[in-house]
Amino acid sequence: MTVRIGIDLVCPDEVRESLSIHGERYLERIYTREERVDAAGDPARLAAVFAAKEATMKALLAGEQPVDWRSISVRRDPAGRASVRLTGTAHALARSAGVEALSVTLSHNRHLAAAVVVATKADGDDEGRGTR
Amino acid sequence: MNDRLASEVRRVLREHARLAVDVDTLDDHADLFRAGMSSHASVNVMLALEDTFDIEFPDSMLKRSMFETVAGIAAAVGQLDAQAA
Repeated sequence: MTVRIGIDLVCPDEVRESLSIHGERYLERIYTREERVDAAGDPARLAAVFAAKEATMKALLAGEQPVDWRSISVRRDPAGRASVRLTGTAHALARSAGVEALSVTLSHNRHLAAAVVVATKADGDDEGRGTR
Repeated sequence: MNDRLASEVRRVLREHARLAVDVDTLDDHADLFRAGMSSHASVNVMLALEDTFDIEFPDSMLKRSMFETVAGIAAAVGQLDAQAA
């Protein structure tokens, strides 16, 4: 088994600025409807979700593959545990890379949001590709 | 490269990319991510470019390399602008 790790940090103030400048268009281009509802406009929660999407792309070694941000969906269960579900372009990328499972953990406060994603795959032939 | 187009791209980068350095100190092929632009900031750049040039980036263009340099961004905007004309 091979493990890949992706990590990302996002400042909630940057999300706040994006909301102020681009409003709904920013939300609709990046986040799924479920993510928007779950975050309820909280910049720190949105920042954590964005960090998880970017960390997922790093774990998938997205590189030069175009990936729709909304094809990486970040969810939290009632206990607060986060998970990642892939659809569309992200799902196709994961399949081609042989990724079998993704685990994610999120953390945020008023100043910083972070996410770490671990992708597991059967030993394959694409190790050593560039990372984002 | 079209000078007016490159100038507008640089203005958008100055306002939205959160670069660690003045964009005018970077040449057209300098790596903007290495110059401090985060992935999240690149989203703001994308949206601002769409507003500025009245275009929309298709999903097929949403890859890191497209936003990596002034030259790359200007080429993509020019391509979309031509398609819209």
